[in-house]
Amino acid sequence: MLIFEHSREGRVNAPQAPLTDQPCNDIPEALRRKHRAGLPEVSEMQAVRHYTRLSQMNFSIDTHFYPLGSCTMKYNPRSCNTLAMLPGFLNRHPDSPANMSQGFLACMHDLQEILKDVTGMQAVSLAPMAGAQGEFAGVAMIRTYHDARNDDARTEILVPDAAHGTNPATATMCNFKVREIPTDQNGDVDIEALKQAVGPHTAGIMLTNPSTLGVFERRIHEIAGIVHEAGGLLYYDGANLNAILGKVKPGDMGFDVIHMNLHKTFSTPHGGGGPGAGPVGVSQRLEPYLPVPLVTESGGEYHLLTQKSRPDSIGQLSAFMGNAGVLLRAYVYARLLGRDGMQRVAEYATLNANYLMVQLHKAGFDLAYPGRRATHEFIVTLNRQARELGVNTMDFAKRMLDYGVHAPTTYFPLLVPECLLIEPTETEDKTVLDNFVEVMKQIQQEAETDPEKVKGAPYSLPVRRLDDVKAARELDLAWEG
Amino acid sequence: MPFIPHTEEETREMLDAIGAGSIEDLFDEIPAELRSSGLDKVPPGLSEMDIVRLMHERAEQDARTLCFAGAGAYEHHIPAAVWEITTRGEFYSAYTPYQAEASQGTLQLLYEYQTMMTRLTAMDVSNASLYDGASALAEAVLMAVRANRKSKSRRILMPRSVHPAYRKVAHAIVHNQNIVLEELDYAHDRGIIDIASLPDAPGDATALVIPQPNYFGNLEDVHALTDWAHGHGMLVIAVVNPTSLAILTPPGEWGESGADIVCGEGQPLGAPLSSGGPYFGFMCCRQSFVRQMPGRIIGRTTDLDGKPGFSLTLQAREQHIRRSKATSNICTNQGLLVTAATIYMSLLGPRGLERVASHSHANTAYLIERLSTLEGITAVFDSPFFHEAVFRFDLPLDDILRALAAQGIVGGVRLGDDYPELDNCLLICATETRTRADIDSFADALQRISGRLQSTGCPVKPKM
Repeated sequence: MLIFEHSREGRVNAPQAPLTDQPCNDIPEALRRKHRAGLPEVSEMQAVRHYTRLSQMNFSIDTHFYPLGSCTMKYNPRSCNTLAMLPGFLNRHPDSPANMSQGFLACMHDLQEILKDVTGMQAVSLAPMAGAQGEFAGVAMIRTYHDARNDDARTEILVPDAAHGTNPATATMCNFKVREIPTDQNGDVDIEALKQAVGPHTAGIMLTNPSTLGVFERRIHEIAGIVHEAGGLLYYDGANLNAILGKVKPGDMGFDVIHMNLHKTFSTPHGGGGPGAGPVGVSQRLEPYLPVPLVTESGGEYHLLTQKSRPDSIGQLSAFMGNAGVLLRAYVYARLLGRDGMQRVAEYATLNANYLMVQLHKAGFDLAYPGRRATHEFIVTLNRQARELGVNTMDFAKRMLDYGVHAPTTYFPLLVPECLLIEPTETEDKTVLDNFVEVMKQIQQEAETDPEKVKGAPYSLPVRRLDDVKAARELDLAWEG
Repeated sequence: MPFIPHTEEETREMLDAIGAGSIEDLFDEIPAELRSSGLDKVPPGLSEMDIVRLMHERAEQDARTLCFAGAGAYEHHIPAAVWEITTRGEFYSAYTPYQAEASQGTLQLLYEYQTMMTRLTAMDVSNASLYDGASALAEAVLMAVRANRKSKSRRILMPRSVHPAYRKVAHAIVHNQNIVLEELDYAHDRGIIDIASLPDAPGDATALVIPQPNYFGNLEDVHALTDWAHGHGMLVIAVVNPTSLAILTPPGEWGESGADIVCGEGQPLGAPLSSGGPYFGFMCCRQSFVRQMPGRIIGRTTDLDGKPGFSLTLQAREQHIRRSKATSNICTNQGLLVTAATIYMSLLGPRGLERVASHSHANTAYLIERLSTLEGITAVFDSPFFHEAVFRFDLPLDDILRALAAQGIVGGVRLGDDYPELDNCLLICATETRTRADIDSFADALQRISGRLQSTGCPVKPKM
């Protein structure tokens, strides 16, 4: 039932708005609304009950194991939320003067410093509002860098074929042509193909390490050398730092620019799809181009630097200073972990991924890269099951929901057929991982004995499989009742 | 300290199962020369009690202000139930609803949100949100270039009465694609675009951006502007304040045929000021442009048993399918803020939102009345307004703002940097949360400060 179906014309929820009507006769008639907007008219209890019930139709980290690869669905500590929502932070207007904002700015400055150390970069801007915007900032800085040197031949960005879809889409937004670099059979970038691809037209390469294939790119130094030698820059899609926190720093790998997804590594909430935060870090040569505002400190006082004092900046990416409340949550998390805690995150995220990978392998599942260590994630391929039993990855994923486990990422990266990208994160205990293996074994058995059962799943959720074709053909994007 | 449940015994069992001697062995594929020596600049970990104390101290430093700044971020009352429900773990800790069957709560809520936004704007369709109002305008510009197939110019007419930060963000995001944002001046006496000043032959242009209310709080002549743009083959991109739509003509009804793309900042619908984010951008459009829309879109469909349900749809527009050919690189939206906005709109309903808007307007009218009686302060424009107004000060603004700050008052947003012609001017806002008593104490403070500054021989004319 939709909220609109609870609505009755004339029902008012009086206490939450001003108590009286207020005429607006001074506004010219032609500019005034003629009919009330068709918003729902419900009581507070009806709204609370309706949205509480909707919430209960979701899987979430708080209720289910959620091993969604490449998304790092780790536990979101409650204190991070509570402390970011203190009235002093919530009520601060973004244009409040610096002398009324020292508490908030101190947190932002500290966070910038922490992220500098974590990434091994020279400078950090917290401005981008999400990973994809961080990518945009990174690639726009690469463009500005080449433009500033009057090097207009660099029209191409290299992207491995395993890359996240935002990488090529971002390169296009910065008006670069995208050239894909193939991956070799061990999951590493094909070095020979890379050598063929680079040249005076190469603006840069967008890489993730660990890659989206769940393995560490071992020849990263060689790759950096090849691209730098050709005059290109290295962009690090640091969507995921969970497996390398305190172990390796992207700056040491030779990267020039990196974005971080704080909703992954730094455990800010995923919120049903955002808000995120995608700070960027840069090496010395890109420092002038960082997006504004930046937080600076002098004589114990904090200030925001805007385009006025940073004239070479690629500019401003949001109306104010990005997703400040998300940054506060990440700051609290970073301070709770501390330097040793961060290393332990990397260690236990890696331990959980390797344990789960080995146990699934022992249970008879095929790994995409069996000779490799898992990083924070790894890939199982169900190609054999699809071929021999006619039960594919989607079927496994949907059946898993019946067993109370959120499905891992399916059909990504695109180059591994029938794949499940699995990321358990460090916050899950061994029992949960063992249960996941049992669920997979159970579904395998069902696939062998009763494949139709698996193909018809799920059965125990609010809806069964949805007709996506119908959704796209007979568009119903807003209720007309 | 990290949130790791493993006991030493479990760790041992897991390593044995892997066949590794230690956790360190699991990192053996990383070349030794890359291994870092640790995180010296990251402070040691804190207990929850310690971080609570630190954050309370810092929040307290910035607390208890009386705020008259608006300029794109507005303090409205947020009913208690909004964030009570929004921060339930089932909303807070879920992700993008890729597994639709396990995400019907989020999906249905987004569908309801889309419905509410189409009704508020009187447009056909809405997406499930973008990052914020400024980046939504940038996306609307890119969308207009894709949608207006008749125009070849990649030229967008961008009035100076649009929020300056929005114009900067739009420029930063679109200029790499050779799109030109051409400035249109406003009438300096009325603070709105003067229809009579628009050229008879504007040449090939893709779209006209129309802000309502505009950055100065004034109401543009949206009907005439819309018809002028359509008459010259341009699309109309409306940038609107969602609260104001409870009392102002929705963009779908502007002029003869309505705006084509509508975007704006969703913050007034239930998001706290929170230093500028997270907020959410909204975007609505005509049905015929839906395939050019960026961001997630939710559709209603049926399941195998014919039961209604919801799923992500038109995904062929998006980066995870189209990659370099996608309508945008956007991946996430601002789901949690949309959750808050949907609950906010449900709780207020059409009449409640109308009261929020009309009280904001009335309080601003009172603010203008009070401030205009003060010596050395004049309202700059004489046009219909929503809930903001521009004032010129005879005394130096720096001194006035500093003195206000000392009394815990954020006096407004200064305009001189972005509008040289409005040097020493302040943009001031009063929503429904600024009572008459608040406004009186603001006016009294201004009067005291002006008196003191004048008696201490402060130069009357500020430095230019």
